[in-house]
Amino acid sequence: MKALLALADGRTFPCLSFTGPGEAAGEVVFNTSMTGYQEILTDPSYFGQMVTLTCPMIGNYGVCPEDVESDRIQARALIVREYVDFPSNWRSTGTLADYLKKEGVLGIEDLDTRALTRHIRNKGAMGAVISTTDLDPASLVEKAKAVAPMEGCDFVKEVTCAFPYFWRDNQPVHVAKNVVLDPAVWRHGKEKHRVVALDFGIKYNIIRCLETAGCEVLVVPATTSAETVKALEPDGIFLSNGPGDPGPVTYAIDTIRALLGFKPMFGICLGMQLMALAMGAKTLKIKFGHRGGNQPVKNLATGKVEITAQNHGFAVDLDSLGEKGGLMTHINLNERSLEGIKNEDLQAFAVQYHPEASPGPHDAAYLFNQFAAMMDK
Amino acid sequence: MPKRTDIKKILIIGAGPIIISQGCEFDYSGTQACKALKEEGYEVVLVNSNPATIMTDPETADRTYIEPVTPESLAKIIEKERPCALLPTLGGQTGLNTAVEAAKMGVLEKYNVEMIGASIEAINKAEDRELFRDAMNKIGLRIPNSGFANNMQEVDIISKEIGFPIIVRPSFTLGGTGGGVAYNPEELAVLAKSGLDASFITQVMLEESVLGWKEYELEVMRDHAGNVVIICSIENIDAMGVHTGDSITVAPAQTLSDKEYQVLRDASIAIMQEIGVDTGGSNVQFAINPEDGEMIIVEMNPRVSRSSALASKATGFPIAKIAAKLAVGYTLDEITNDITGETLASFEPSIDYCVVKIPRWTFEKFPETEDILTTAMKSVGETMSIGRTFKEALQKGLRSLEIGRFGFGADGKDPEPGSLSRNELEYRLATPNSQRIFFIKHAMTNGMGVEAIHDLTHIDPWFLFQMKQLVEFEKTIALAGKDLPKDMLVKAKRWGYSDKQLAHLTGIGEEKIETLRKRMGIVPAYKLVDTCAAEFRAATPYYYSTYEKECEARVSDRKKVIILGGGPNRIGQGIEFDYCCVHASFALKEEGVESIMVNSNPETVSTDYDTSDKLYFEPLTREDVLHIVEKEKPFGVIVQFGGQTPLNLASDLEKAGVPIIGTSPDSIDRAEDRDRFQEMLDKLDIAQPANGIATDIDAAHAIARKIGYPVMVRPSFVLGGRAMKIVYDASELEEFFNLAVKASPDHPVLIDQFLEDAFELDVDAISDGENTVIGGMMEHIEEAGIHSGDSACVLPPYSIDQKHIDEMTRAAKALAKELNVKGLMNIQFGIMDDKVYVIEVNPRASRTIPFVSKATGVPLAKLATKVMLGKTLAELGLTEQVIPAHYSVKEAVMPFDRFSKVDPVLGPEMKSTGEVMGMDMDLGAAVAKAQLGAGQNLPVEGTVFISVQDSDKNAALEVVQEFYQMGFTLLATRGTAMFLQENGIPAKVVEKVSTGRPNVVDAVKNNEIQLILNTGASSQTKADGYAIRRAAIRYKVPYATTTDGTRAICKAIQALKRESLTVMAIQDYHTQEGE
Repeated sequence: MKALLALADGRTFPCLSFTGPGEAAGEVVFNTSMTGYQEILTDPSYFGQMVTLTCPMIGNYGVCPEDVESDRIQARALIVREYVDFPSNWRSTGTLADYLKKEGVLGIEDLDTRALTRHIRNKGAMGAVISTTDLDPASLVEKAKAVAPMEGCDFVKEVTCAFPYFWRDNQPVHVAKNVVLDPAVWRHGKEKHRVVALDFGIKYNIIRCLETAGCEVLVVPATTSAETVKALEPDGIFLSNGPGDPGPVTYAIDTIRALLGFKPMFGICLGMQLMALAMGAKTLKIKFGHRGGNQPVKNLATGKVEITAQNHGFAVDLDSLGEKGGLMTHINLNERSLEGIKNEDLQAFAVQYHPEASPGPHDAAYLFNQFAAMMDK
Repeated sequence: MPKRTDIKKILIIGAGPIIISQGCEFDYSGTQACKALKEEGYEVVLVNSNPATIMTDPETADRTYIEPVTPESLAKIIEKERPCALLPTLGGQTGLNTAVEAAKMGVLEKYNVEMIGASIEAINKAEDRELFRDAMNKIGLRIPNSGFANNMQEVDIISKEIGFPIIVRPSFTLGGTGGGVAYNPEELAVLAKSGLDASFITQVMLEESVLGWKEYELEVMRDHAGNVVIICSIENIDAMGVHTGDSITVAPAQTLSDKEYQVLRDASIAIMQEIGVDTGGSNVQFAINPEDGEMIIVEMNPRVSRSSALASKATGFPIAKIAAKLAVGYTLDEITNDITGETLASFEPSIDYCVVKIPRWTFEKFPETEDILTTAMKSVGETMSIGRTFKEALQKGLRSLEIGRFGFGADGKDPEPGSLSRNELEYRLATPNSQRIFFIKHAMTNGMGVEAIHDLTHIDPWFLFQMKQLVEFEKTIALAGKDLPKDMLVKAKRWGYSDKQLAHLTGIGEEKIETLRKRMGIVPAYKLVDTCAAEFRAATPYYYSTYEKECEARVSDRKKVIILGGGPNRIGQGIEFDYCCVHASFALKEEGVESIMVNSNPETVSTDYDTSDKLYFEPLTREDVLHIVEKEKPFGVIVQFGGQTPLNLASDLEKAGVPIIGTSPDSIDRAEDRDRFQEMLDKLDIAQPANGIATDIDAAHAIARKIGYPVMVRPSFVLGGRAMKIVYDASELEEFFNLAVKASPDHPVLIDQFLEDAFELDVDAISDGENTVIGGMMEHIEEAGIHSGDSACVLPPYSIDQKHIDEMTRAAKALAKELNVKGLMNIQFGIMDDKVYVIEVNPRASRTIPFVSKATGVPLAKLATKVMLGKTLAELGLTEQVIPAHYSVKEAVMPFDRFSKVDPVLGPEMKSTGEVMGMDMDLGAAVAKAQLGAGQNLPVEGTVFISVQDSDKNAALEVVQEFYQMGFTLLATRGTAMFLQENGIPAKVVEKVSTGRPNVVDAVKNNEIQLILNTGASSQTKADGYAIRRAAIRYKVPYATTTDGTRAICKAIQALKRESLTVMAIQDYHTQEGE
């Protein structure tokens, strides 16, 4: 079915929809991972965005229920060069097109995705609209211009959980409404580290990695107060990844500020940005973001290079870090940008990239053990 | 950590001659390594016996030894050069094995040479299957159940434990020589025996069969700080059971989810650490059970490999170059990624296109061998193609193969539907073979479904589905016919269809399709190979074509020249032509002209993004080349360096208005066209063998009678002597005539007088149209009738009268002038009964150009390029022939050990895959070096077995006498022995295979024979001779099949007995003689 992609700066790409009719709007970004489209689609950090995959053939291995990173598709649309409607993989339970259709998410193909990627690289990530109903370029460009920018938007409230949940048997189990959030909720007593994870859009694999590192994780809504967290008597606090601009998520920044120094704290991606803001540093929007599975990051303590998965459009301003914000622990080797911070006094550390991978390399998985070790002390 | 300063001089081992499974990818990696280390300020010493390489150019390394790649010569070079370090991981399995042997000999220890890149321990751990299995088990990985056998009794015991089918895998070999799949004890007995023979350490592994499992490869790099990156994942279309070098492969892997891919990635990193690969590139091969994802490790190569060359070209990441830098102490994050110029080598390339590699086989050269693919590699080259999608890349790859196909069928060459029986078709699908991809097409056209084909082939249904889409779309195109609508044409081009295919499907002519297409504005866009999927700006102009909106080609307004490369390597067209293309590029650079390379061969130096100003990785077809010409609008296009592939395009390109520089296509035609050629020779008063041309068998008989037997017959316009044969009587003529016509239906058969027992010479000359200088004159060791590519030769000639040399010089100069040659020209001469004949003239670069350039120090291809740009030879300072004081001997390297049942006799059809060079002041020593380089272990004592046909007996007498005088024991078949005894040479008698036992083959097997002289392929001796020659190959006993060849070997042995061989760098040969 014919479709049109229009960017806010006026460029349009005729294409085809492989998921039937529809219209979608959001910020258009690109991801250079060659595998992991299902994880990407379900990653809450993509909320509000339409994702272009630079890998040209997508759908090859179908979809599989174990590969989701949240309970639904979070991206607003998927943009590929060629959709392959013939999955071949022993784990596959269905096609990508059916999966997208079921969740009402638009998928388009047959456009020059490399041209689109280069355009985003040169002009920056921007608002865009895809439609199968409105194929008039002028009209669609107008709609694209009307797409609200990411800056200043609080997307966390759109993706955070409504109720706290534990991770049991590899799936979320909500804490009943009548249960009081006190130390009695922990099932494992003291033999596991009790971790409260503030959910700004957490990926399931983060919870899995924390569990593997010996933690029992209680995921709580982003708006959970510092008092509630403290009342749970956790051993550590985890700040999750999430979508969009950290700036407007002031309630979380306040909570984090109140919790800094209370217990060991570990943040990932948006979690790091919020932590940095709570420490007094600044964040900024970067031109087209880092989205992919091949970003080299150097651990300044060991000198080792980790190949990392990344997904962010905002970053902590290195110059604003200052003494209070802690020390830089990791650096991006491509751009020499900030990838990790640590504040010994506050027992807090965070990374901008995704050690939980999914999709992506496992090189940085040691960070979960590092968090566990911190809680051991 | 920055580079090491405690080492100054580094020795690199090259891979030696091109053989099956060790192709010119090692020239590519070796050249990169030499350049990288020189850049870093190290003094680089190189040993490689292969003269056709860029790496053995005098400029590439500081000290270049064109000497046999053996532990003995390595030891001498080390003694002489005293390098601080030895880098063994860039010369393929040969380099690795030679280094291991030298270490065992204690040479490294004695001269305090450090092995860098990989330690002996790591090499052993990866190469020895038993150690490898233990290492894998230690890190929780599994390799197939298996056992090691050192003899046939152990084979028996282990096979009972594993159960059939069983894979036989010899330890320490390359390309799986001697390996295979055994389905029953009978087959196992045969395979295990040959595997034990082929193994470096007489050991085979018998292995649980994982036939039909999916096969993947990961290319991995590690630095000494322990950082590991994966450069590329490769998925084999052919399932386990076909050697990866014989598989069609795709990058990146297509059918793995992230979860599964990361398992392979984690395993690769763990393997690198466990094996202890210190620094550099490695390759890990995996088998995955398609039913449940169970993973096993197939093998790991702790060195750069064919796959790493492919991965480098597929991603733009120069693995060998980085490996060299890591070996001297850099870490990945200290090395810049050249392609982007801003990012570092410590990252993993992301690719936004699909790469397909397709092997190129030459089964047609070996009709005795069945076209079947197994775990032992048989292909001689490969082509790579890049498209945005698999369908596009597959079609581009198939039309790059130079087999007359223009995509996934639909090119008029598909068999009629239903022309194969169901049984035949199923056999062809179930038994891997070189044409299987086309049988799949045929099966689909016949209505066989994806599932049925998957069951027979085990090819992942994903790939079959893609192929099915093509087959179905083809029907749509055919249905539309002349009314082909624009959107369908666009889709067809996006799916990789060539104009030729569309012309065939629609019934519209190719040129009409082209016109229609261009009128609609449907032309390709060029996209960059940039390692990063466009995330960063790319600095390096490495392009592929596709049909997309945005073209990224940066067309300059500089003066530019396009060089057309040679496409995939095959027998008859190998690395020598790539060498010439690379030199053309270097020369253009020197002249300030922009160089643009077009080629489809991933193994080569020419397709290194570093070689030319621009690289178009494209099929060499009229359509694909014209698109580039239209985009770039070059000053000229060079067609005379890439062998037959670009030459075949020359007249079509010229007709399309492309400026061909150098010798004109018309001159090329004058040399190829019989009548025009004859006319020219008459005019110049140059003799050629009597000849005639026949379009049917009756005419052939008449001509042959007139000329007199024996005659040489061949189809016109072929390279490498394909389907060329000497026939001795009318019945042989009849038999051959049919074959030849099949080989080239559009062209008649040529019949020439055969110059029996004549001397043959190759002459390479360079001309600017006015002046001509002889580049080199090479006397063939074998008599006329042996293809010049298979013949050993000596430069300068050692037994030719001066008057004949003068006559050949005169003829060469006259021909060059008459043909207005601007560039290179090769002439083959025969001398019979005191008369010089011209056998063949080729006004283009020949296979011997690199050899001549190495022998004389004159860079002929470079000079020829400058001539094409308009310089005169006088301006270039080349006014007279350089005749070196030393001898250079070229010896061909044959692939007979790969092709069972083939009789290893030489003839007019070329069969060699590569060549070696021996240089020495003494002719005998130069021959000895060439023989050693070619893998012939010449004896200095022991027994020589002699069996010659009657016509050779007198000629053989003299040389046999010399062997006798050197103290060799002579062993001969009854007839030959009697003849020798009659002539006063004592010889012991041994039975022929047909006359009793113990016979000569038993003697070979019992190690009682050290050298074999066996001539004659006449029918009565055929079977016996054949058995002896096959035994010689199997048991690696040096052999000669011509009297002249024996004479040369005799000279070599005399030299070896006189004193041990010395080594000398070519830089020294050239300066000594220059003074």
